[in-house]
Amino acid sequence: MAVFVYAENINGVYKKAAFEAVSYAKAVADKLGETVTAISVNPTDSSDLLYKYGAEKVISIKDEGLKNFSAKAYAQAVNEVADGNILVFPHTTDASSIAPMLVIMKNYSLITNVLEAPESITPFQVKRRAFSGKGFMHAKADAAGVIVTVSQNAFGVKENSVAGTEEVKNLTVVNEDTKVLSHEQSSGKLDLKEAEVVVSAGRGMKGPENWVMIEDLANTLGAATACSKPVSDIGWRPHSEHVGQTGKAIAPNLYIAIGISGAIQHLAGVNSSKTIVVINSDPEAPFFKSADYGVVGDAFQIIPALNQKIKALKG
Amino acid sequence: MKILVCISSVPDTTSKINFTADKSAFDKNGIQWVINPLDEFSLTKAVKLQESLGATVTVANVGDAATEPVIRKALAIGATDAIRVNTEAKDSFSVATEIANIARNGGYDLILCGKESIDYNGGAVPGMVAQLLNHPFVNACVGLEVNGTEVTAVREIEGGKETISVKLPAVIAGQKGMVDEKDLIIPNMRGIMSARTKPLHIQEPAGSEVKVQGVSYDSVPARAAVKMVTPDNLDELVRLLHEEAKVI
Ligand SMILES: Cc1cc2nc3c(=O)[nH]c(=O)nc-3n(C[C@H](O)[C@H](O)[C@H](O)COP(=O)(O)OP(=O)(O)OC[C@H]3O[C@@H](n4cnc5c(N)ncnc54)[C@H](O)[C@@H]3O)c2cc1C
Repeated sequence: MAVFVYAENINGVYKKAAFEAVSYAKAVADKLGETVTAISVNPTDSSDLLYKYGAEKVISIKDEGLKNFSAKAYAQAVNEVADGNILVFPHTTDASSIAPMLVIMKNYSLITNVLEAPESITPFQVKRRAFSGKGFMHAKADAAGVIVTVSQNAFGVKENSVAGTEEVKNLTVVNEDTKVLSHEQSSGKLDLKEAEVVVSAGRGMKGPENWVMIEDLANTLGAATACSKPVSDIGWRPHSEHVGQTGKAIAPNLYIAIGISGAIQHLAGVNSSKTIVVINSDPEAPFFKSADYGVVGDAFQIIPALNQKIKALKG
Repeated sequence: MKILVCISSVPDTTSKINFTADKSAFDKNGIQWVINPLDEFSLTKAVKLQESLGATVTVANVGDAATEPVIRKALAIGATDAIRVNTEAKDSFSVATEIANIARNGGYDLILCGKESIDYNGGAVPGMVAQLLNHPFVNACVGLEVNGTEVTAVREIEGGKETISVKLPAVIAGQKGMVDEKDLIIPNMRGIMSARTKPLHIQEPAGSEVKVQGVSYDSVPARAAVKMVTPDNLDELVRLLHEEAKVI
């Protein structure tokens, strides 16, 4: 039975998280000697992009009624076309809203925030994130079918080209309960949870006007920007940039923390980063204990200098 | 209007997380318990709606007697009453089923949850409750207004936000932004005193199935010792990031 995967797109364009989920589904399918079928709602991108990561079939749901997102309506649509007993979702906001509803419709088990390929398929057992990054849980599912959501930037995107075919499914799902009134999305801004590099700053930056420096460095690195909780509480930066136990959990390849003390709640959201660089004027800042590389000194001098040197490296 | 707020009792955010020697369970020794911080945003929002709309706010918790201090705190913050389903919370599905039972029996107009609990990070209960009740569901909510038989909810999306009108009854999962951090209610003496006499109903579980089990747990491996670079030697930092870590 094929392994199904939900390939999330944003305004028709596949997200990196979709490629990661397809890569994960492919790893599961290979263990079973099965194939991968991807499902997407109103994509405009080419299905070739999904064949590249191992999807042999792409079911492209076309439905005007699903133009706007509704967790319930999307779950209904996926329920109509997914008939495998293993379904893979990315752990994005939308996908992790659909998955819990779908799991009830199908009477399956749900394991969220998974980090690695399954340890066993029957019964399904897998390592997942728990305690906000302060521990791991090996979870076992008992039902006949299972849905997993794959934590972003954990499993990684793995190319695995196959020859694929596309099937267009015209659906008309009714959605009378919710209506989108307005949708604001800044285009071109790098998604924090998908970013490979994140430049983050805390109260040590003294004020919002000094974030120009952070943004310059982020631009040079092709990075997203983030911040500590007090910074978003005071309103220097938007809530959506707050990382940590009560904010977003991220796992980029490189996390640069500037003027952030490294409180346990902050670490909880960022300690899955592969490499951590800490820049702080206080040599006693706890963050140095959890860093790979550290610089003690004044961020206001260090950031512009570092930016110049990275620019030079990148040519 | 009847509001149900689901709260979970979780280790205080400063807790160091340890597991039992055989790694089969979370070690509760020395842990302080708090209302899941993401639930607290929803609870505060509910108490504000209670003040402005004259709503009743019932707190629902699935947990053994050990969670009662946290329920009392929710009452001290301003909830009207509370229901505790007397069983240890074991997985998202069994918890969601118990909550859906409470919601069905009580006829609530609005069910508020936190987006996820900071212990098991399931993020699954709110959506499951919604589907079990066949209610609409909005996740990652950062704003909520009630207008008669509908609510206007603002949800966070990648790189922005979306405003949605939702027919009641509905399930909404909130997070920071539902109310401002500075508006979170710290119980005063009067609140604490009155919480002692507010009704806390204990009911036995319907006996819902547990579908996912924690087989074992691991701690996070320690990082290798930090390599320090002096501020006048940033070339070395760039070299390390480029050649050693290979991240730039
Ligand atoms: C329930 C709860 C949940 C929480 N959740 C989160 C969360 O999700 N995320 C989060 O981040 N926090 C969270 N916190 C808060 C956390 O405990 C810390 O207070 C917070 O992370 C500190 O932020 P900060 O490091 O930016 O500020 P500060 O603690 O003020 O530290 C600023 C740092 O900047 C350094 N500095 C100052 N000037 C300079 C300079 N010129 N150059 C270089 N360095 C400089 C200082 O040495 C200091 O280390 C939570 C707290 C609670 C109670």
